[in-house]
Amino acid sequence: MSPRTSSPTSLPKIGPAQIALLERLSNAISVSGDEREVREIVIKEVKPHADDLSVDAMGNVLVICKSTARNPLRVMLDAHMDEVGFMITEDDGDGLYSFEVIGGVDERQLPGKPVLVGKERLPGVIGAKPIHLAEKGELHSPISISSLRVDLGPAGAGKVSPGEWGTFATRFQRAGASLMGKALDDRLGVATLIELVKHHPENIELAAAFTVQEELGLRGAKIAATTLHPDLAFAIDSTPAFDLPSAAKKENTVYNCKLDGGPAIYLADAGTISDPRLIRFLEATAAKFGIPYQFRQPGGGGTDAGAIHKVLSGIPTVSISIPGRYAHSAVLMSRISDWQNTLQLVYAALQDLTPEILASVRK
Amino acid sequence: MKELIQKLCEIPGPSGHENAIRETIMKEVAPHADSMEVDALGNLIVRKGKKGKDGMRILMSAHMDELGIIVTHVDKKGFVRFTTIGGVFIRYLAGSRVLFLNGVRGAINHEPAEEPGKVPPIEDFFIDVGASSPADCPVKVGDLAVFERPFIDNGDRFISKALDDRASCAVLIEALRQVKQSPNELVFLFSVQEEVGVRGAITASYSVDPDLGIAIDVTGTGDTPGNEKMEVALGNGAAIKIRDQGMLCDPKVVRWMRTTAEKAGIRHQMEILRGGTTDAYQIQVNRAGVPTGAISIPCRYIHSPSEMADIRDLENSVQLLVALISEPVYLK
Repeated sequence: MSPRTSSPTSLPKIGPAQIALLERLSNAISVSGDEREVREIVIKEVKPHADDLSVDAMGNVLVICKSTARNPLRVMLDAHMDEVGFMITEDDGDGLYSFEVIGGVDERQLPGKPVLVGKERLPGVIGAKPIHLAEKGELHSPISISSLRVDLGPAGAGKVSPGEWGTFATRFQRAGASLMGKALDDRLGVATLIELVKHHPENIELAAAFTVQEELGLRGAKIAATTLHPDLAFAIDSTPAFDLPSAAKKENTVYNCKLDGGPAIYLADAGTISDPRLIRFLEATAAKFGIPYQFRQPGGGGTDAGAIHKVLSGIPTVSISIPGRYAHSAVLMSRISDWQNTLQLVYAALQDLTPEILASVRK
Repeated sequence: MKELIQKLCEIPGPSGHENAIRETIMKEVAPHADSMEVDALGNLIVRKGKKGKDGMRILMSAHMDELGIIVTHVDKKGFVRFTTIGGVFIRYLAGSRVLFLNGVRGAINHEPAEEPGKVPPIEDFFIDVGASSPADCPVKVGDLAVFERPFIDNGDRFISKALDDRASCAVLIEALRQVKQSPNELVFLFSVQEEVGVRGAITASYSVDPDLGIAIDVTGTGDTPGNEKMEVALGNGAAIKIRDQGMLCDPKVVRWMRTTAEKAGIRHQMEILRGGTTDAYQIQVNRAGVPTGAISIPCRYIHSPSEMADIRDLENSVQLLVALISEPVYLK
């Protein structure tokens, strides 16, 4: 079977409708363990296009889109619905609450940030001693979480309980080619996956997993991959771009990836050494369709791929991420072009996939 | 056996890219195996014999992968920036030589340290392959390399890179060759990605679904200057693991190994390892749980490019493994 070819013009694009959906996803609040709000958006969007849709015991949304081919490859696409945030641990009275972070929040980013807390999304702020009152030594060290409080004011007194979640109150914005919002890690992946379900190539059986609790250690993906038991998997995520000039005026050699460089293909991170067959295939697909791409610098960090590739007898897996600056802070900045190129690369790869890709052993 | 060890040690096989060492091992085991398969992650699963009456399906595992480095960036002047694959000690890097999988060789050094005598962070290290720009650099982001040192044969004792865990691969190959008959179904696993978190053993033990697991790996020794906190010594025999950082061996398996060694008069020692673990760590918790133990090869300077082992320990390990798997297993 020779791969079907397609001109670049037939690849899906990012337009106003996709950006509007991303805006809703970014503004929705779904901290790890409480993914309901994003899950409801996902289900509403993909249900008309799914041959099967289920929500598993942990809250993962699993979607199957059948193929028209005989014995098709079953391909898992993964994007996580959850975001980093915090959980209220104690009501200190007068609308003040103690909290712990959920997921890898940079604690230095917390003070002074507006937040939304609890089921009613009550507005508040993470308070800290103002600069007027800070002593010299305090200005040079991060403020510990135990000395920070979520302040909802008297309007929020007694309104939330320990165990409720909260996150940054950032609202999504577009500025020309750039997108800014909270939780674009990994709502960009979720939005991409929704598009791929809506336009799924019929040569493969698509097994889409919108997962939970990635930020706490890839917990949802492990269960999802075990249930879906795919032939191979692509994890679609957001990865930090630290492509800023180096302060020391030295060459920046540790940028991870760069904005406007296209989808970041993973070679190795702390959790996964990507399947070389899939890396070569993505490279060849990108070259064939003229889609720019970059390799994410090998190193730490990880995606749901780290859990997926180790389930059952092993799943050939690779991650593809949309670059974004300032990850795990109140605002992440990405480029529309990187998002579209990621969508197109994954789409083009899916429609060119044939079982031959796994015919030879991993090498 | 030493020739086999040298051959195995000299083949580059960093974690995740074990194809060359796998192909070599396949050639060695093919004449003695009933079947061979390679799974999705690249594990080599070699089977011999059927499970008879009183037999068990025994999984024996040695990992094929070794430490290495992976390129993260080629800078404007052609110096290759990199990060480590597996538990490479940064303090061993300066002056090391590496061999890339595409055949290119280079030397490692680092930017001047902020404080003299202090080991700089990994970001300050680079590989010099003799290039002067990214354009003329023969390696690119994502290329992998292993450390390169010649094999030194000092008689009973020898020095090489990657004795962790090619020494154990040699033990498994030898055991496969020597085992004559067994009531057990023998599954020899040459696993991948142990050095990056014991990953290959997870998927392979799932698919093999064994009744009993034995990992073969190297272990540290306490017989070098200033390092008396460990009982194991080079040349004192096969080390029967009791525990390490990742697992407690099944006490029934430990007793079975110990009594078998005593009965057969095979030189052995007992091992408790404070840091590090082996494939046994994942085999034990596979599916509903598997009785699991480990035979360790005493090895000095583990995870350096110059590891040292003693051929007599390896021979004792082969003898012990063959004795263990040739008879019906009764764990008590």
